[in-house]
Amino acid sequence: MNFDVNIIWESIPSLLEGAKLTLFITGFGLAGGILLGALAGTARAFGGWWLNKLAFVYIELIRGTPIVVQVMFIYFALPLATDIRVDALSAAVVSITINSGAYIAEIVRGALISIDKGMTEAGKALGVSKVYIFFDIIMPLAFRRMIPPLGNQCIVSLKDTSLFIVIGVAELTRQGQEIMASNFRALEIWSAVAIIYLIITCSMAVSLRMIEKRMKVL
Amino acid sequence: MSLVEFKNVTKAFGKLVVLKNIDLSVEKGEILFVVGPSGSGKSTLLRCINALESITTGDLLIEGVNISDPKTNIEEIRREAGMVFQQFNLFPHMNALENVSYGLRRARKVTKSEAQIDALALLDKVGLKDRAEHYPDQLSGGQKQRVAIARALAVKPDLMLFDEPTSALDPELRYEVLKVMQDLANEGMTMVVVTHEMAFARKVGSRLIFMDDGKIVEDGDPETLMANPPNERFSAFLSNIL
Repeated sequence: MNFDVNIIWESIPSLLEGAKLTLFITGFGLAGGILLGALAGTARAFGGWWLNKLAFVYIELIRGTPIVVQVMFIYFALPLATDIRVDALSAAVVSITINSGAYIAEIVRGALISIDKGMTEAGKALGVSKVYIFFDIIMPLAFRRMIPPLGNQCIVSLKDTSLFIVIGVAELTRQGQEIMASNFRALEIWSAVAIIYLIITCSMAVSLRMIEKRMKVL
Repeated sequence: MSLVEFKNVTKAFGKLVVLKNIDLSVEKGEILFVVGPSGSGKSTLLRCINALESITTGDLLIEGVNISDPKTNIEEIRREAGMVFQQFNLFPHMNALENVSYGLRRARKVTKSEAQIDALALLDKVGLKDRAEHYPDQLSGGQKQRVAIARALAVKPDLMLFDEPTSALDPELRYEVLKVMQDLANEGMTMVVVTHEMAFARKVGSRLIFMDDGKIVEDGDPETLMANPPNERFSAFLSNIL
């Protein structure tokens, strides 16, 4: 089989449309996931009994089930069980949020509990309140330690969006699949799709490395 | 009124009793040295004073206020008792000036610019004015501990607690920390010092207690106690350490 570069050029516009949607889902999904993960991780590290257990159940539930099952549940099962009906795009964003949130919670928890107890004690000994100690001392120090695993999770979540092909969201993989179905040029199309994913993930990795360099781990 | 008063205080970690029926008063202006073998409870005793550890039974009064009373504002108590740690515990993401002004800004609610003026004066006092912009990882151990002392002094405590302040330092760096402590003592600051620096205790201390197995075994003038150890346990300790 010959490799026809023209096929790629022809499919670029619709593949970029897909890439845009992929970035949209990843961006909004991860924004939610980071917020959810920060809350759940803090609850795990410093929350009372109830908050801790609640976060624990959430994390185990999500980590214990595949993301495809989660999105199918939200898109197909939720409307049957309740009156909640969501469009495919919202289902995709919500899935990334709750899925990445669980993993990010563990990242946040790990970073928070890794901070030397002496930092909290030094703050307490000055007569500073717990809230200030958390936001001024623990969080800034923990955040630096979160960056590498957080970057990892961003890349994983980005690639997870390709699974939303199952609910028909026109993200990058779905776009590739549709072009392929009409011209059967699997080699060219999947090469192009792979390269677009690579470009996105590499730019994420580079920007993360830049953040890491500017903020040294203490 | 005593600055600190332990009344029959016991502290247990689970089944392990580390302080046994402690009775102790610290008066204003006293330079109290607490010595004893490791595991004797001296650090725990110190940490109870600013409520980093909670006592199990008995009463502990700081400036007449009962620390276990649910109505007591613990943060207020802690502001009156500055603490210096063995491992310095400086905030690594703040420079020396920010470390020292932090307590003023957050615990005393002083504005940033006023806090910085005070902090700079304190850094000057410990001889580190020219290191104000340095981060902890750019300072030597002795410098870190002096910044830590300035940080504890910043909230204007009535009493300073030192938990083995020179134990993590090279012998040649200890001197600069001890010098700062001596200056403080000369100014009349009330100090409780847990240490193994016996010569320093002898020179600077106004009172010495020797702890063993959670109890205060000896209590008196450092010079007298060390010249004539009144019991075997203390003389054995002295000969091991000196």
